[in-house]
Amino acid sequence: MEGFRTHISIQNLNVNHGSRRILKDITLDIPDRRITVIVGPSGCGKTTLLKSLNRLLDPSEGLRVHGRILVDGENIYSPDVEVTHIRRKMGLLSQKPQVLPMSIFDNVAFAPRIHGLREKKTLARTVEHYLKLAGLWEEVKDRLATPASELSVGQQQRLCLARGLAAEPGIILGDEPTSALDPQSSKHVEQRLIDLKSDYTVVVVTHILRQAKRIADYIVFLYLGEVVEHGPAEKVFERPRDPRTRAYLTGEIS
Amino acid sequence: MRFRLLQKSDGVGKKPQRTDGILAVLETDGPAPSRKRRLIKDLAARRFLFGLTLVPGLLVFVMLFGLFWKARAILAVKPLGRLLLGTTWKPSQGEFGMLAFLAGTLAVTVVAMVIAVPISLLTAVTLSEYAPRRMRHAARPMVDLLAGLPSVVYGVWGVLVIVPFVERLASMLGVSSSGYSILAGGIVLAIMVFPTIIHVSLEVFSSVSKDLRDAALSLGANRWEVAKKVVLRKSRQGIIAAVVLGLSRAFGETMAVLMVVGNIPRVPKSLFDPGYPLPALLANNYGEMMSVPLYDSALMLAALILMLVVLTFNVAARMILIRAERTAG
Amino acid sequence: MGLALFLVVGCLVFIVGTIVWKGLPALKLSMIFQTPKGGFYLGKEGGILNAILGSLALAGGATLLALLVSLPIVLYLNVYTGRRSRTAGFIRFSFDVLWGVPSIVYGAFGFLLMVFIGLRTSLLAGILTVALLELPIMSRAMDEVVRLVPRDLTDAAYSLGATRLETAFRVVVRQTLPGILTAVLIAFGRGIGDAASVLFTAGFTDRVPTSLLQPAATLPLAIFFQLGTPFAEVRERAYASAAVLTVLILAISLISRAAVRKYSRHTIR
Repeated sequence: MEGFRTHISIQNLNVNHGSRRILKDITLDIPDRRITVIVGPSGCGKTTLLKSLNRLLDPSEGLRVHGRILVDGENIYSPDVEVTHIRRKMGLLSQKPQVLPMSIFDNVAFAPRIHGLREKKTLARTVEHYLKLAGLWEEVKDRLATPASELSVGQQQRLCLARGLAAEPGIILGDEPTSALDPQSSKHVEQRLIDLKSDYTVVVVTHILRQAKRIADYIVFLYLGEVVEHGPAEKVFERPRDPRTRAYLTGEIS
Repeated sequence: MRFRLLQKSDGVGKKPQRTDGILAVLETDGPAPSRKRRLIKDLAARRFLFGLTLVPGLLVFVMLFGLFWKARAILAVKPLGRLLLGTTWKPSQGEFGMLAFLAGTLAVTVVAMVIAVPISLLTAVTLSEYAPRRMRHAARPMVDLLAGLPSVVYGVWGVLVIVPFVERLASMLGVSSSGYSILAGGIVLAIMVFPTIIHVSLEVFSSVSKDLRDAALSLGANRWEVAKKVVLRKSRQGIIAAVVLGLSRAFGETMAVLMVVGNIPRVPKSLFDPGYPLPALLANNYGEMMSVPLYDSALMLAALILMLVVLTFNVAARMILIRAERTAG
Repeated sequence: MGLALFLVVGCLVFIVGTIVWKGLPALKLSMIFQTPKGGFYLGKEGGILNAILGSLALAGGATLLALLVSLPIVLYLNVYTGRRSRTAGFIRFSFDVLWGVPSIVYGAFGFLLMVFIGLRTSLLAGILTVALLELPIMSRAMDEVVRLVPRDLTDAAYSLGATRLETAFRVVVRQTLPGILTAVLIAFGRGIGDAASVLFTAGFTDRVPTSLLQPAATLPLAIFFQLGTPFAEVRERAYASAAVLTVLILAISLISRAAVRKYSRHTIR
């Protein structure tokens, strides 16, 4: 804990769908510029938790959110907060890479453009910078104008990373970002996340324990909508305090 | 396990320091005025689009109201019963009995449905239960194409093929007929209705789950039994909806029928008699309607009746479909 | 099994075949490239250029108008309202109902509308009427594809800080461009082929209209009128015109298929 500073503070977060409680009274601090990995069996609410950070839970589908989430000290669920401003603070990587239906260049330039960057030269430099940051530049620099959908899945996920970074967030959210990728690409993406943590707060959801061990600085174990245990990675992996965590780590619950 | 909450002064929310010398191009949230403009645009769009979205809903009512408004003139002087059941249509003498037209519409529609329903249901069952995937995929665009042919083309085809056919059929049966008849109208209409019924029933069939089919097959049922006992039974409501939709399509079809049905305003007595459906009445007389008193009002009443009937059919069919979808899902 | 399929394909081939077989012999180039000369409907010289151009202008204008209304509505239904919204359900229901209204009723209503706003039979009045007719056809076809846009894709745009408006026009439209194009072409085809709705509103003339306020001939009506004459030569021309119309409709259908292939480049599957 020493040396961790809070970037996102979740306080008494409850998410309900009708009478079903998806997330139960979650209170959790997510450290700044570290990789926080949320693990837990499927269906335990990991993705919901991640989406609640980005305010992507849709009230029109019957989801009700109660509680506070402070990002940079600002409650993102406060009514006067404006949602595009919140979302921009976080880049999102989804399970299956979701490239936008446009060229590689336009994908990365999407956020800068809608946020008001028009000047061509700066735009080109920005795109180059973020593609490099995501480790994709060398592979695509000669075909920036081709449709992003023609890239391999692994490349697409890194493109999504570059695209998210170009919105200049402080936080990167990953919803099982490697689940659709082959081992080689997975490793590539993991390495990128590790490289990026010096500048960004990273929150990743995964159900692959080995991946969690590889990249996590901080671990959150979520089970049936509750935070069972959380703490620095080595501590949780070596000396889990809760029997359920132990059971999960040994593979008895999956 | 809680730690100190970061304050703004800790540098949170500022740009991360970049070591590779790249510029932070944007302010954290973009230049404030541009952000405001975007949000205002979004809000304005939401309002505007909401207003626009009311158009289709309102259109139904505006159409009904408009037609009713025009039809009031004749409804004020003649009782509805006499208009609907009167047999004399002589606008110049102020006689607007529509029975012959209603009977004509009813006759062609019934003939069309008698022909179309079994054939198109059979086609739909075949396509969904027997045909290999590839054939189903090939058939779809064909059905769409059939639906996309203009009604005038159907009309011309009817004149070229169906009318002579009916004429010959009549003379073989010893009936005299020009061929321009209820039967000819019904046959042409039937073909026009195929796509509607096939399309909707295919959709309904495809919502019957594969598990259910597999379960029946594993019990030793053959394909025909599965189709009959499982698929058809499960989608009974949907089939009714498909037929009703086809019916309403047939009821309102104008040009194709008009071209082959003969257009003689008498209540038809046999299949080989000519008829005069309601839509044809509208189409044939738009020219004169402004010159005879109450004529336009009578025609608008005819349009109103058409719309009300078709609307009722449609609303009923859609309700059935929505309910069927809910119970299936 | 073959029988049922044979019926559908058979009907299609039979209809198209008959029309083309009967129409082609009567079709001369002059028919496509000339307007009717004096006595055209008595069997004299001329062609149906007026009707072809009239139909294209009328259906084109109507399709544009319908697109301007239905694209925003469909985007609103799918981007702004949630999947279970009542408003959206009601609007979809309205489209379904409007889709079933016969074109002759649109014609009658279009006529009332025309009189109400003080127009005479003209290209403009025809465009307005046909646009109403096309609206539900286009919207339903569009809604079908826009509905399929994966939730994750729109979420991706939102997570970049895009507003719903930006997501709708920059992402959803591009993703569904082929489907939108198909919907537009389906509606265009229906607009060209429909006769009953323009009967009251577009009028008919032997000249090519040069302004929106002039009456315009349409191809289906040209066929109808030519078929109604007692002269064999003119009736032959009706068949030829029907062949032109059929080929036009088939071409639009083919173009829409080709367009889908070409523009699905960016579409994410």
